[in-house]
Amino acid sequence: MSTTSIYAPEMARLADVRPLTELEKLFVIELPQGRSLGHQPGQFVMLSIPGVGEAPISISSSPSRSNGHFELCVRRMGDVTGVLHNMQAGDWVGIRGPFGHGFPIEQMRGRDMLFAPGGLGLAPLRSLINQVLDERSAFGRVIILYGAKRPAELLFRDELDAWAAREDVEFHLTVDRGDETWKGHVGVITTLFPAITVDPRNTIAVTCGPPIMYRFVLMELLGKGIPETNIYLSLERRMKCGMGKCGHCQINDLYCCREGPVFTYDQIKNVPEAL
Amino acid sequence: MSLRILDKQAVVPLVEALMADYRVFGPRAKGPQFGFEPLDSPADLRLDYNISILSPKTALQPPQERMATIRLGEGAPAVEPVIEAQPTVLFGVHTCDLYAIRLLDRAFTADFPDAHYLERRRQTLVVSLECLQPCDEHSFCKSMGTWTADGGYDLHMTDIGDAYIVHVGTEAGEALLREYARPATDAEVRRLNEVLSAKWPRFPQRLEFDAAELPALLATAYNHPIWAELGERCLSCGSCTNVCPTCYCFNVLDTVSLTLDEASRIRRWDSCQLDEFARVTSGENFREARAARQRHRMLRKGKYLRERFNAPGCVGCGRCIRACLVHINIVETFNTIHKSA
Repeated sequence: MSTTSIYAPEMARLADVRPLTELEKLFVIELPQGRSLGHQPGQFVMLSIPGVGEAPISISSSPSRSNGHFELCVRRMGDVTGVLHNMQAGDWVGIRGPFGHGFPIEQMRGRDMLFAPGGLGLAPLRSLINQVLDERSAFGRVIILYGAKRPAELLFRDELDAWAAREDVEFHLTVDRGDETWKGHVGVITTLFPAITVDPRNTIAVTCGPPIMYRFVLMELLGKGIPETNIYLSLERRMKCGMGKCGHCQINDLYCCREGPVFTYDQIKNVPEAL
Repeated sequence: MSLRILDKQAVVPLVEALMADYRVFGPRAKGPQFGFEPLDSPADLRLDYNISILSPKTALQPPQERMATIRLGEGAPAVEPVIEAQPTVLFGVHTCDLYAIRLLDRAFTADFPDAHYLERRRQTLVVSLECLQPCDEHSFCKSMGTWTADGGYDLHMTDIGDAYIVHVGTEAGEALLREYARPATDAEVRRLNEVLSAKWPRFPQRLEFDAAELPALLATAYNHPIWAELGERCLSCGSCTNVCPTCYCFNVLDTVSLTLDEASRIRRWDSCQLDEFARVTSGENFREARAARQRHRMLRKGKYLRERFNAPGCVGCGRCIRACLVHINIVETFNTIHKSA
């Protein structure tokens, strides 16, 4: 038997670190020999710092823009992310993965896409959004409804501006509370829904956000007649292995890390611990 | 494979010979109870034990193990996987624990084969022992279908009086016996059948329904009032999962040496009964209530593991019942749910 371990990380280099907000930074990571991560949108990696710890982080970059790098958008929150936020380009981190079931993009081509990320939920959805935009002609309408608590918490400001400027993207932005410079829409993300109409038979909805958000966004999506099998969610759980063994991420009998983190609403609507 | 005879006087010499080549785990006295632990001498072996406090799981999934060493310094940290395995014999494994090992084998093989467990397992030989008496009032192996062996061993011993009759399960098992055993006679095989027939009535049926109904029964019991009642009593100490032979959940920890030149990745047993088990860094706890954690344990034992691995997720050993400080009883819980269904 070989002495390889599925728990031993591969060391990778931070190629770049870009501040996004007060709490979030984008970490651009380079695998050895310029290898690509080979992920699907919606998958995650286990990111570790030797001697500090390991945490599951969703992959924020699109496979269509891999170019030998991948990107993680990370909030400064705990031990691992606290140390990570003090690291710079050239520093080393451990990577395992990619893990989990991502978004089935092959089943999404040809459809209208409705994205509804809330707050840090944009981090995993950005991977799919950029993949869709890079294959723009393969999809129908692209609608993005993005909400954050405050203007200062909006992620990827440059990209938001670019999406807003595109004629082939219907982009709507809101913040729960504005500030003196904010001229846009104010209100929780659900307040963006009345303004849009969708063809429910041909629309795929994709949402990710804090647990409290799902219930209300789901009501809006179901209210528009989008079938439960066409509503995708990405769920967050504590994870220690990423491979369906350690037990931490279990949602009743589902392992978030294996069967998820991307689920259809149909898959989890009768799973009481899911939402 | 064949049936062999191991005279009782030959057990000590056999174990002594095994100890020269293997780390030998077996039942041994631990205060007034028994542990299933490495033997220091063949005389430590107590094949008359009823049940060990911890199961033989500790030999296959140790409470803590190192999985990698990471050398720190100039340049890229160097990751060296560590597989902690050594030739081991588990001598005198009761049949409930044999079924538990089967479940662990499936769990650590599924999807992503786990070399740490599997290499230890590959280097481990299992000598099991047929139980002729129930351990005590808490065992419910008959209800769970684990009260007698159906494979999964290298050698399986049954006490027929002056000797053990040994079913040879594998060639590696055959090699273990060496010159210490001889072929069984027809009379000895008849004696084995008598012993096995006589054992059936001694084992009580504690579950008041067929264990195969457990997944369907528990599927209807998600909002049963018993969970709140268990939650009120549970101290969230994790004793039940520590002693459970089919609990394999774990934590992965990274540590660093005081000299900062070496980091370690450690795996340690964890418990779904502990408050922080399902808590994410932002503070959200997806199983915050003790009632929800006890429900999760019971559903995992009675439903989730059985459905996922097609093997009993609870093997009826009764250890969680004996270890519980507030007398939470998995059999009574299942029976209560069944009565109210």
